Amino acid sequence: MTDTTCYHCGDACGKNGVHFDDKNFCCNGCKTVYEIFTSNGLATYYEIEAKAGTTPNEVRKKYDFLDNQEIVGQLVEFNEDGVQVVSLSIPSIHCSSCIWVLENLNKLHSAITVSQVDFPKKTIRVTYRTQDFSLKALVLLLGSIGYEPYISLEEFNKKDKKVDRSLIYKLGVAGFAFGNVMLLSFPEYFEVQEYWLDQYKVVFRWLMFAFSLPVVFYAGQDYFISAYKGLRSKLLNIDVPIALGILTLFLRSTADIIFDLGSGFFDSLTGLVFFLLLGKFFQQKTYAYLSFERDYKSYFPIAVTRLTKSGEEENVQVYHIDKGDRILIRSHEIIPVDCILIKGNAEIDYSFVTGESEAVFRESGEKLFAGGKQIGDVLEVEVLKSVSQSYLTQLWGNAVFAKDKSSHFQNITDSIGKRFTIAVLSIATLATVYWLAVDPTLALNVFTSVLIIACPCAIALAAPFTLGNMLRIFGKYKFYLKNTNVIERLAKIDTAIFDKTGTLTTNQKDTICYEGLELTEAETALLKTTLRASNHPLSRSLYDILKSNAIMTLDEFQEHTGKGIEGKANAHTIKVGSAAYVGEEQSTSMTNTAVYVSSDENVKGRFVFKNTYREGIDDVFEALGTEYGLGILSGDNDGERNRLEELVPKTTSMLFNQKPEDKLEYIKKLQEEHKVLMVGDGLNDAGALAQSDVGLAVSENINVFSPACDGILDASNMNLLPRFLRLSKNAMQVIKMSFILSLCYNIVGLYFAVTGQLQPVIAAILMPLSSISIVVFTTIATNFLEKKLKN
Amino acid sequence: MSVIYVLLAISITVAVAFFAAFVLSVKSGQYDDTYTPSVRMLFEDEVVKDKKESTLNNQKSNKNTTTNQ
Repeated sequence: MTDTTCYHCGDACGKNGVHFDDKNFCCNGCKTVYEIFTSNGLATYYEIEAKAGTTPNEVRKKYDFLDNQEIVGQLVEFNEDGVQVVSLSIPSIHCSSCIWVLENLNKLHSAITVSQVDFPKKTIRVTYRTQDFSLKALVLLLGSIGYEPYISLEEFNKKDKKVDRSLIYKLGVAGFAFGNVMLLSFPEYFEVQEYWLDQYKVVFRWLMFAFSLPVVFYAGQDYFISAYKGLRSKLLNIDVPIALGILTLFLRSTADIIFDLGSGFFDSLTGLVFFLLLGKFFQQKTYAYLSFERDYKSYFPIAVTRLTKSGEEENVQVYHIDKGDRILIRSHEIIPVDCILIKGNAEIDYSFVTGESEAVFRESGEKLFAGGKQIGDVLEVEVLKSVSQSYLTQLWGNAVFAKDKSSHFQNITDSIGKRFTIAVLSIATLATVYWLAVDPTLALNVFTSVLIIACPCAIALAAPFTLGNMLRIFGKYKFYLKNTNVIERLAKIDTAIFDKTGTLTTNQKDTICYEGLELTEAETALLKTTLRASNHPLSRSLYDILKSNAIMTLDEFQEHTGKGIEGKANAHTIKVGSAAYVGEEQSTSMTNTAVYVSSDENVKGRFVFKNTYREGIDDVFEALGTEYGLGILSGDNDGERNRLEELVPKTTSMLFNQKPEDKLEYIKKLQEEHKVLMVGDGLNDAGALAQSDVGLAVSENINVFSPACDGILDASNMNLLPRFLRLSKNAMQVIKMSFILSLCYNIVGLYFAVTGQLQPVIAAILMPLSSISIVVFTTIATNFLEKKLKN
Repeated sequence: MSVIYVLLAISITVAVAFFAAFVLSVKSGQYDDTYTPSVRMLFEDEVVKDKKESTLNNQKSNKNTTTNQ
């Protein structure tokens, strides 16, 4: 059975496999989903993509808060006449089978009328009748087929976000006008003094003028606004010469047709705006399903169960919890506030907060911090602080989270904008002065011609196309950046700081080593048998490494939740669990998770779980060490210092016991002299990620959450990080080369302009030619760079 | 040659009509999700199949299982 894979989800079936209907399943959950699908005629699910399913999690009481109509009212988009519409985010959507089954939800329940999947965003929009159905029932139904929706506090506060489609409209307007103006200006390109052409050219010209109006005043308005803003803050950005060019083109052309001097430059004008917008559009690649703005709100539940004075349970909104309230935390719920444990065995997974995946045990009377996830049974806790005042959430009060990094960064295009504008204006003035002396009638013509031909269309296109392409290439290698601006900032980095737990180490596997008296063969066999009966994750991993094949029958087995397990066979007892449970005094020097073992009440030793460093981490540090300053910031104690020193170059600075604020302050101090890259993973790094020049979150599964950051890097490609950094630098070189190329076009154009020979047809050829050659050049160059990522 | 006015009027009307169609399609959200419809159009009404047939198909597809993501 061990080498079979699940018919539903494709995982290995292992020892707990289920056999049903001639098919193998890895667990009962998958089998249930299969039953649901086949009995409702949805078996095609397995035909579209084989083994597409996801194992359902147990949801049960987790969604009881959806009984609260006030909360439901906030979540649904539409709620009238017994019909509700809701959009739910489902992270597990991943293939066409998912789309198919989710769009056929109406086969599973008749109350559902329409369901529509948005694959790139990983959301589903469902319309249903509320008569015999509810949002809670819908969520449970989705959960039961393995598509548990993700409902968080963030969703709750979300205002109706209008989709911004203005760029598409503008692109449409500019493209429409460009095409029409091109057609209308064609006759005059071949002007041969024909009788009818002279007759009708006025109509053609005024039509072109009409088409160019929406282009200048609607499609091109962003450039005027940006140039105005730049000038007001005394900055000559690249939009200044562009706006100047557009304006000159429009005014000169209008004057030309009014005074019948020529056909004007409307073709170049509309073409220019169209190409510029095209560049903007290309740059706008976003990963709709990834969120780079997450704060604690996306981790926290919307509502919790509160116990009233009379002992009844009620669902209340998280913001309504006050100090002194008693609340219930169920299995796999996140603790939303700092609190004191009253009843129950707490086994808290703080991995969201610290990146450390090993759960910690707490007993009644101990303090629990917001952000932890309860793994064990139901807990009853007393609230110490409200949500906004809890330790973790207070971090978000820091001003760095309100700062927009890209607005303080002058990008490469804008930084040459100043020199460019000054150069163009001085050339235009010199040429005008010269012609005023030689032939005053040509002076104005030359002045406007220089401004027109020097309009930096190609320069403005170089960065969007290069960086937009790089963004896609990085995305292919599972390195997802928030926007193109991040690549420019990445190229300027000179110091890289890493978090340890969860970033350099992996959560997937542990190294386990045994310390203490050697176990006899009989003891090992008994231990393994005892572990076999337990479902605790630590027991599972321990079970897998113990080498013993003798499986015996247990006379007695007891599991003490939160403490340990006990097994009896042949009059021998073995206990596995926490130090206190087996009777060992907790040693103070202990820095790692450990499981203690005792045989017949004599403590034998302990199994220590150590973090495993990701493969290739030493290579990453070695590669980065030559060019970058390196550092490690860890929230843990320095128990790993010696191991780390073997892995990383000697120059690496290491700091331990760093609280989230400490990390933030450290980065801030470094930034006085350096450009800092922070690589982290947990919420505890969030402050440092926001403060740093570029904050990257490393994630083992990009669909689960990473804190607010500039980019998300899939952990499996962590070893490519040095190459990503080098490529960002190369991309900047490509942009600089494109600048030189487009300057060549400008010089050719300036020759015509300064000598007063600029004909509309020359501008109409030069403008698209330079733009297109820049696009071609950057595309070829970036695709060439991509080869460096392949081995 | 005054027919040119008619021709121009026609050509511009057609162009404006297409432009209007474009604006409407953007407005209705057709460009918001450009991926899902491409998958959706490949689905047929598989659901109506009766149970027996679908189990048969299952076994067929089971034999030539390919592991695509």
